[in-house]
Amino acid sequence: MKLEELRFGTELLKRGFASMQKGGVIMDVVDAEQARIAEEAGAVAVMALERVPADIRKAGGVARMADPEKIVEIMEAVSIPVMAKVRIGHFVEAQVLEALGVDMIDESEVLTPADEQFHVDKSKFSIPFVCGARDLGEALRRINEGAAMVRTKGEAGTGNVVEAVRHMRAIMGEIRALQGRSTQELIDRAREIEAPADLVIESAKMGRLPVVNFSAGGIATPADAAMMMQLGADGVFVGSGIFKSANPQRMARAIVEAVSHYDDPQVVARVSRGLGEAMKGIDVHTLREDEVLQYRGR
Amino acid sequence: MDARIGVLALQGDVSEHIRAFEEALRAAGCNSPVVPVKKPEDLAPLDALAIPGGESTTISRLIEKNGMYQPLSEFEGGIFATCAGMVLMASEADDPRVRTLGRMDMHVARNAFGRQRESHEVRLDVAGLDSPFPAVFIRAPVATRVGSGVQALGAIDRGIVAVRQGKHMAFSFHPELVGDLRLHTLFLKHLGR
Repeated sequence: MKLEELRFGTELLKRGFASMQKGGVIMDVVDAEQARIAEEAGAVAVMALERVPADIRKAGGVARMADPEKIVEIMEAVSIPVMAKVRIGHFVEAQVLEALGVDMIDESEVLTPADEQFHVDKSKFSIPFVCGARDLGEALRRINEGAAMVRTKGEAGTGNVVEAVRHMRAIMGEIRALQGRSTQELIDRAREIEAPADLVIESAKMGRLPVVNFSAGGIATPADAAMMMQLGADGVFVGSGIFKSANPQRMARAIVEAVSHYDDPQVVARVSRGLGEAMKGIDVHTLREDEVLQYRGR
Repeated sequence: MDARIGVLALQGDVSEHIRAFEEALRAAGCNSPVVPVKKPEDLAPLDALAIPGGESTTISRLIEKNGMYQPLSEFEGGIFATCAGMVLMASEADDPRVRTLGRMDMHVARNAFGRQRESHEVRLDVAGLDSPFPAVFIRAPVATRVGSGVQALGAIDRGIVAVRQGKHMAFSFHPELVGDLRLHTLFLKHLGR
């Protein structure tokens, strides 16, 4: 076989990678030990961080990409894909993660934004990106920039699922509202939500987002995870919810099973028994406006 | 042509497999729906099962948790497996984190090419097809050794990437992602339904 026949970093490979994560749980971890616990519990991937979002909130200051040393430590500990976060618009942090060989980059509102006008031009990278969104317009703008996967923003580090629910209902509801419209009406709608017309038309035709759509931002229990799946998520990210709970190992396993059997209340009930305390959590309404992470990037 | 086909639906690209098999069946003049399989009793009515791509550690764990290990080891229909599915079909994997089903006499290496940046597309010659197949390798495994009862249908420098043993077929790559149904059609033919 001739080497020039191989093609790397194509759209199909990026979106295909995201498809392989479906029905799975991606867990935030801060060291090799947590990564191994996540893998053993059945996580489909881990998100390598210096701090989980709940601790990023507490620490304050500027939150940046994790130390490459930390990311490499986690990559060496597990066989499942390793993701890591960059600040919104920080394309050099993204170049660094690509050079390290992480499997997917999360351009994340959990970190302090580096650019208030532009997101990273994700089409320039050979590894796939996931980005947060609160509604259909935001999701399609990210896909247009090259995101291979979308996730709800929710409100990270709160252990409160209400914002993830709001965002998932918004995205799914807006897609349902596209059904039965003429092409002309879809183009008009695209203008209203500031999204590319071809992606609005594609979403209408498919009855879903054109890429894999996960839920994130506040999932803290197996029932939270199963609810997001029933609302239409293809899988979930769990951030602080696992390693801020009383028994991370059991919580991790329980959420993995609840996502796989999200439509079977018997299973969700069984895995939810005796898990110990979930993370304490924050009432989103008590946050000051500058503490609300989902407003970052649009 | 009538075949009842299920897709193991614990984790992975399940809907892609369902869609591809429904199309392949329709092309063969059969309109049976392809069904998701989550429990041992779901296997009973099936002529064939697809084991999808996904994370083999996750699917392996969920197979055990759901009491599916024994039923899958004994399932009498044909099995069509891709990527993580191929790892699970093997008699042995290079990684103790995955408990393989031992349905095909072969050894597999997980993530044989490396990480996602080494994922690639290539036109691949596959025995039984008259022109190359668009093979999509995503953090793919390869077979490093196959037994005498296993036919290698395709290979690259790293190892064997397409295999057949009786009614079973397994691929390192993802025929379900590319809209080319020739390998699905070949599988249905071997199934003899």
